[in-house]
Amino acid sequence: MIAQNFDYTAPASLAEALSLLASGEAKPLAGGMSLIPMMKLRLAAPDQVVDLGRIPELNYIRHDGGRVRIGATATHHQVATSTTVRSQCPLLAATAAQIGDVQVRNMGTIGGSVAHADPAADYPAALLALGAEVTVANAGGSRTLSIEDFLVDTFTTALEPGEIITEISVPAGGGSGCHYQKMLQPASGFAIVGIAVQVTASGGVIASARVGVTGLTGKAFRAHGVEAALVGKSAAGIAEAVAGIADGVDANSDIHASAGYRCQMARVHAGRAVAAALAKA
Amino acid sequence: MKITVTLNGKTRTSDVEPRLLLIHYLREEAGLTGPHIGCETSLCGACTVEVDGKAVKSCAMFAVQADGRNVLTIEGLAANGTLHPVQEAFWNEHALQCGFCTPGMIMASKQLLERNPNPTEDEIRHGIDGNLCRCTGYQHIVNAVKAAASKMGA
Repeated sequence: MIAQNFDYTAPASLAEALSLLASGEAKPLAGGMSLIPMMKLRLAAPDQVVDLGRIPELNYIRHDGGRVRIGATATHHQVATSTTVRSQCPLLAATAAQIGDVQVRNMGTIGGSVAHADPAADYPAALLALGAEVTVANAGGSRTLSIEDFLVDTFTTALEPGEIITEISVPAGGGSGCHYQKMLQPASGFAIVGIAVQVTASGGVIASARVGVTGLTGKAFRAHGVEAALVGKSAAGIAEAVAGIADGVDANSDIHASAGYRCQMARVHAGRAVAAALAKA
Repeated sequence: MKITVTLNGKTRTSDVEPRLLLIHYLREEAGLTGPHIGCETSLCGACTVEVDGKAVKSCAMFAVQADGRNVLTIEGLAANGTLHPVQEAFWNEHALQCGFCTPGMIMASKQLLERNPNPTEDEIRHGIDGNLCRCTGYQHIVNAVKAAASKMGA
């Protein structure tokens, strides 16, 4: 499978990259774990590719201003193994460690994954549960959006032509009461359903909960109703509290899982995810 | 466009189309047929090589992305005729049947042991889950990784 040919540039600075992308014609390449397979299948056939993989200023993980700030080209392996991420937002590290396989985690990037907005991607569940912000830039400047506003629909984001993600940040001090639980499609590793949970608890009773869901619908979402239902519950009350996680959703259906099965698996795995998070809180 | 790659320790300059995949560069341009093309959909891992010390699937990377980088294939693993401990362990533990997945399995196992020198069986299975064995000979592969770990740790 050979991609359609294209012009390739690999700028060394963000400014140069944004200038090359300004026309909106060129396609940014980060880790390439989604774009390159799509180019091989000719589902994507850009005439120009701008490789963001040689821009040092886009690759960082740091803790400042009360947030963990992750440069767009930080790989899943970097996120999964960063001591900063593991201590300040362990949910994100645990999620990154479950993406794809080791080869994919070595190449794939957080910015590339979030910009691709695959409905079965792992990161959005955790980013929603953590209250992430996405900073995007074009040649004219930059802006910061909430992850809710950034994710518009299946494979669709708030990125304008010529814009790329430069940074994703989450609040520091995420706490240990978290878990990412997914039912995966065994060949690809993508989530049939994936549930990211962050809770605080006192004496085994949930004081606050945030729940992000991926794979179930066309775009990842926060399960606000379940979050509210979990407050005040102990382990025994979890199953009842998460029972409504798929209520009213337009569930995905494909050869791997029908809509009804996905909804049931969302309830099962949400229960397991909350129980595991509560046990660590 | 011109790219210069340090390939198994030797510098090589080639003129390639941007769309040339790293696996095709390795097999057809450089004549290194150790890395295999199994699925072409970045699922099977038979094409796994190291780029700057990181295991990657060379069917999911363009050769131009490797410009200026160090690429290590299965051919570059033995040093002066001495097999790498992972290669030796695959031999001793009969960790191959048809051998098609072996170059990728060995490169992924090497990465695993560099990052986690003493893995549990679960960690081994998680560490090589990007590589498929069409003979389903996973048990002996896991045994080989354990054997290599104990040899490398000794």
